[in-house]
Amino acid sequence: MRLDHTDQQLINHFQRHLPVCERPYLEMSRQLGISEQEVIERLQSLQSRDVVGRVGPVFEHSQAGASLLAAVAAPEDQMDMVAARINRAPGVNHNYAREHAYNLWFVMTAPDNELLEEHLDELEQELKLPMLRLPMVEGYHIDLGFDIDWEALS
Amino acid sequence: MSQPFSADYLAPDSASSASSEVSAWGLLRLRQQLEQGLPLAPRPYLALAERTGLTEQEVINAITQWQEQGLIKRFGLVVKHRTLGYTANAMVVWNIPDEQVQALGQSMAGVPFITLCYQRPRRLPDWPYNLFCMIHGTNRERVLAQLESLIADHNLQHIRHSVLFSNKAYRQRGGRYVSHD
Repeated sequence: MRLDHTDQQLINHFQRHLPVCERPYLEMSRQLGISEQEVIERLQSLQSRDVVGRVGPVFEHSQAGASLLAAVAAPEDQMDMVAARINRAPGVNHNYAREHAYNLWFVMTAPDNELLEEHLDELEQELKLPMLRLPMVEGYHIDLGFDIDWEALS
Repeated sequence: MSQPFSADYLAPDSASSASSEVSAWGLLRLRQQLEQGLPLAPRPYLALAERTGLTEQEVINAITQWQEQGLIKRFGLVVKHRTLGYTANAMVVWNIPDEQVQALGQSMAGVPFITLCYQRPRRLPDWPYNLFCMIHGTNRERVLAQLESLIADHNLQHIRHSVLFSNKAYRQRGGRYVSHD
């Protein structure tokens, strides 16, 4: 999707350090040279076009609760159905098809590990498919707020 | 693990002596609200205050404190890369000897085109890989060329690896640790 220059600037400047003050969008608008109302409208538009998922915090998963990457090997012709079942399980926030025998990869979150394991057990019993549970041992680099390469996208 | 629901998350040195009395339930509700995203209204923190029973200042203090403590690691626009055109997203997984995995992980973390890098357990015999890295790209050829350069730069020619491009996102949203679906 092509974005105009101001939308690009909004993303370039505010993937992090969103102002935390009474009028954050006013503060942002001053930096961009547009009105507060325009900042709000552009953010609404970016969200409605699904360019921005939300404005707000990314929680550090190890402090916020429990989360786990898991994968299942679904029959090729049942992937959509299995993916839908995974999405119905509690706390699933990512779910992707990938090119591998383990072809559905999802992240499940829960308030604590016990509940997380319980939810995964239930899902595994329902799906009756091989499942990999791959908790993080150590994160070396986790930041999806990287600079967007507008040139490569154009 | 820390206790994210505790009122201790508010600054103990806050000028207001009421800080220790900030409602733990209010803070939990604030986290639930924040997981859904910030309201797009001129005073979003006031809107959150009204929904959580806190004051606007308490909301601002809590978010500031959570950022300082690292519970919130980033606060801003969360971009959906696939919509923008990042459609060649590869999860590259490696079977690295245990004694080398940490050093290699740290080294890969500094490579500009690697967006995520972490160690996970092997699950033998199905899954021999213990190091994961992600490359978000706009076309497959370029990502594969970046992978080639990564292999050359880190002498990984003899390391077993696998490249898992994602071809569909069934769901992509922020983690909801304390709120319900």
